[in-house]
Amino acid sequence: MEEGGGVTKKFLYVNRRAPYGSIYALESLEVVLIGAAFEQDVSLAFIDDGVYQLKKGQATDGIGMKNFSPTYNALGDYDINKIYVDKDSLEQRGLTLDDLMNLTWEDENENYAEKPSISLVNSEELAALMEQQDVVLSF
Amino acid sequence: MASIDVNGKEVEVDEEGYLVNLNEWTEDAAKILSAQDELELTDSHWEVINFLREYYEEYQIAPAVRVLTKAIGKKLGPEKGNSKYLYELFPYGPAKQACRFAGLPKPTGCV
Amino acid sequence: MTLHTVNKSPFETNSLETCLRLVRSGHNVLLFEDGVYGASKGTRFENMLTEAMQNCKVYILLPDFEARGMQTDSLISGIETVDYTGFVDLVTASERVQSWL
Repeated sequence: MEEGGGVTKKFLYVNRRAPYGSIYALESLEVVLIGAAFEQDVSLAFIDDGVYQLKKGQATDGIGMKNFSPTYNALGDYDINKIYVDKDSLEQRGLTLDDLMNLTWEDENENYAEKPSISLVNSEELAALMEQQDVVLSF
Repeated sequence: MASIDVNGKEVEVDEEGYLVNLNEWTEDAAKILSAQDELELTDSHWEVINFLREYYEEYQIAPAVRVLTKAIGKKLGPEKGNSKYLYELFPYGPAKQACRFAGLPKPTGCV
Repeated sequence: MTLHTVNKSPFETNSLETCLRLVRSGHNVLLFEDGVYGASKGTRFENMLTEAMQNCKVYILLPDFEARGMQTDSLISGIETVDYTGFVDLVTASERVQSWL
């Protein structure tokens, strides 16, 4: 696909749905992975029930659906390492950062040092982040 | 639906030749799929195929070619982690063709 | 400036609530489809909207409001109405559109 050249735009994917009750979460993840080929400046936000997408320990054998949560761990390989989780949404659901998968990316410039991808943000930080974007895609 | 014959067992493939059912994959299936492309699998091919299967096992996706190249480089060294080397092994595209041999779906984002 | 659009009833999802929590001063909010139910006086969302309107403007797509049997005299004061052309004008006047689905 497109390499070098072109204008880099800031894309934010806003995820607000839980993973298995509707198709939104999986669709969003696929669009993110496909979009990664275009080498744009991508961020992901998880708000409201969207935070459930990152819950640790998902086991879908019993419902006969594919467990796509391991795929979030591959985002670092796709150079997607800005993952913002809304603190309020997490707290309202009785969850903390420890309940979420430990998503990381490897910094090639620092001898592949593993760094966390997830940042907890408050409303003000999230609003500011949204305002910096060229394109906001909602799922 | 099309299928291939693997030692007398019928294994379903889609219209592009990718296995429909991932767990029907065997090394023999890989050999038959590669023979269709008139390619004989060497240790170098198996290295990539096995890498893809491990990647899928861990992340539940087939990596895009850019990701594959980088990851191979990290795991098997820079002399293997480049497009030239991988395209020589898999002339129809390292991600597309190698994923087919590995029994994986076509990489997300490949058209 | 961002245009935020909400098309779900606030009684069905928390889209309006989250939108208003994250909207910044000077932004516009447009309620359409079932989102217009949030614009009526006397709902439990009235205060939230009135408060938001201290910093930003709130619009509704009038055809959607009327289609649902609502009259403009029941609109929370301060909310403005637009038709389809007005909707397009709001979009083109914005740097980005953020939909709250």
